[in-house]
Amino acid sequence: MTAYILRRLLATLPVMAVVAVFVFFLLRIAPGDPAAIIAGEDATAEAISAVRAKLGLDRPVLEQFALWLWRLAQGDLGVSIFSNLPVTRLIAQRLEPTVALTLSTLFVAVALAIPVGVIAAWQVRKLADRLVMIFAVLGFAVPGFLAAYVLIYIFAVQLQWLPVQGYRPIAEGLWPFIEGLILPSIALGVTYMALIARITRASMLEVLSQDYIRTANSKGLATRRVLLLHALKNAAVPIVTVIGIGIALLISGVVITETVFNIPGLGRLTVDAVLKRDYPIVQGLILVFAAAKVLVNLVIDISYAFLDPRIRY
Amino acid sequence: MVAITDDTATLRAEQPVATRWVTAIRRNPTIAAGAVLLAILVSLAILAPWLTSDPLKQATINRLRPPSERFWFGTDQFGRDIFARTLHGARVSLVVGLTVAAISGVIGLALGIVCGYFRRIDGIVMRVMDGIMAIPSILLAIALITLTRPGLVVVIIAIVIPEVPRVVRVVRSVVLSIRAQPYIDSAIAGGTRGVKLLTRHVLPNTLAPLIVQATYICAAGMLIEAALSFLGAGVPPEIPSWGNIIAQGRSFFQIAPWTILIPGAFLALTVLAVNLMGDGLRDRLDPRLARRM
Repeated sequence: MTAYILRRLLATLPVMAVVAVFVFFLLRIAPGDPAAIIAGEDATAEAISAVRAKLGLDRPVLEQFALWLWRLAQGDLGVSIFSNLPVTRLIAQRLEPTVALTLSTLFVAVALAIPVGVIAAWQVRKLADRLVMIFAVLGFAVPGFLAAYVLIYIFAVQLQWLPVQGYRPIAEGLWPFIEGLILPSIALGVTYMALIARITRASMLEVLSQDYIRTANSKGLATRRVLLLHALKNAAVPIVTVIGIGIALLISGVVITETVFNIPGLGRLTVDAVLKRDYPIVQGLILVFAAAKVLVNLVIDISYAFLDPRIRY
Repeated sequence: MVAITDDTATLRAEQPVATRWVTAIRRNPTIAAGAVLLAILVSLAILAPWLTSDPLKQATINRLRPPSERFWFGTDQFGRDIFARTLHGARVSLVVGLTVAAISGVIGLALGIVCGYFRRIDGIVMRVMDGIMAIPSILLAIALITLTRPGLVVVIIAIVIPEVPRVVRVVRSVVLSIRAQPYIDSAIAGGTRGVKLLTRHVLPNTLAPLIVQATYICAAGMLIEAALSFLGAGVPPEIPSWGNIIAQGRSFFQIAPWTILIPGAFLALTVLAVNLMGDGLRDRLDPRLARRM
């Protein structure tokens, strides 16, 4: 098992290396003069060459790459062009809201979507199943910001139950913290929930047609026991896979959701950096998000061993 | 065998056209629903200049009017007609969706066949594809846009790059499974080689999964374009794309929700129509995949 985990951990290195090479050379192969674009429309020649020096574009490419990799290996993601602050510090400052939002969405989505998928499979082709499938199809079509604005319109503007936007750190009290996360979590989780519900239903349907389920039913076990203990456990591998794949949806969605709800997290940092064309920050964020995605995939791969003892390494 | 096909051919010819349509719709209700919805949206987009007024015309006297008989979808803070802007926005979305699907389909098909067939290149290309897929697509597009001047072409390229690996993976897996089929061996034994082998025997088999994948990429492309424009990193703000209309309505959402909800609903409907076509085509063309979902 330890050997397997180590092997999987090593396998993530080439992927991260490609990501690093990609974001590094993106700046170098971009059409036109990125330094001039970053410096702005009416920048002077001095300002442009200052940006070029700051990005290291005035030195030989291989030297830049070696230096950049060396710093990266030490956890140095470079310095913001506009604020001159280290990118790692800017990211660390904005980490809490994004982690809180992602985790609460994960929790809400899994807690709602799996039961819904189980009920759909149990009630297959009946009303409950149809409703779940309609939700699943709509969930793939509704963009995150539309879901967000519809929720804000109903629950914040009309009913006034929840705040329109904003984020309160957990240090300011549990309820204000949760209150601010309810609507963003649902908005961010719509597509994710549709995905999980759909896979749960499909995976459950496959398991429910197995002989051992008929046996369990015919020996008189309670429906709930059969569904949850016998069926759901055996249907778990595809569900966990999709929960992991779907984290990518959350990472992309965070950028939009944080903008709509004005949450000062990594998503806002990304948008602000893009609008100011602060490439070192964008570069650092891509590395961090990609690493998060690769790490989640790793955890999912390892979790198979615990979910399905038939999988051996 | 010949007699049977002849029979169905005559049977089909005797059926009135209407009955044949009814049968087709009954057999593929999702494709039909998606196609009808998409046909309506495409006609609205094409006819937009004749159906509506100028989407850019400002009239401060009419600012933030709610939907009424004169302004079906209301107006925005510059008094611009949201109905005109929404229908013109459909053109941007559909053009982006179709172009992204076509370009990433062609590039992905070429790379996928090469990877599936020439095993030496496979390792390198697939590692690069894994790397690109590790980057969330919106972030990758944003990074590309940070480094260039805004424009429709840049947005399309920025959406295509993260979508290509998805096509490559699908095509490659099909090519790998076809390569192992006995009929490929017999074609090679019969003297078919190189390009002819690929175009005659391999390519046709990849088309069904490719078309299904392309519809999903078309839908994803439209969603990403809207998201980029919404964030201010998409097509230039003077172009009335759905993302731009929504972004410009943000500050007035509480007093004028129609500026966001109506173009948003159109975006959702268009994506829904394309997805329905994709689901229907998948069930019809790729039963193996259909059973899994």
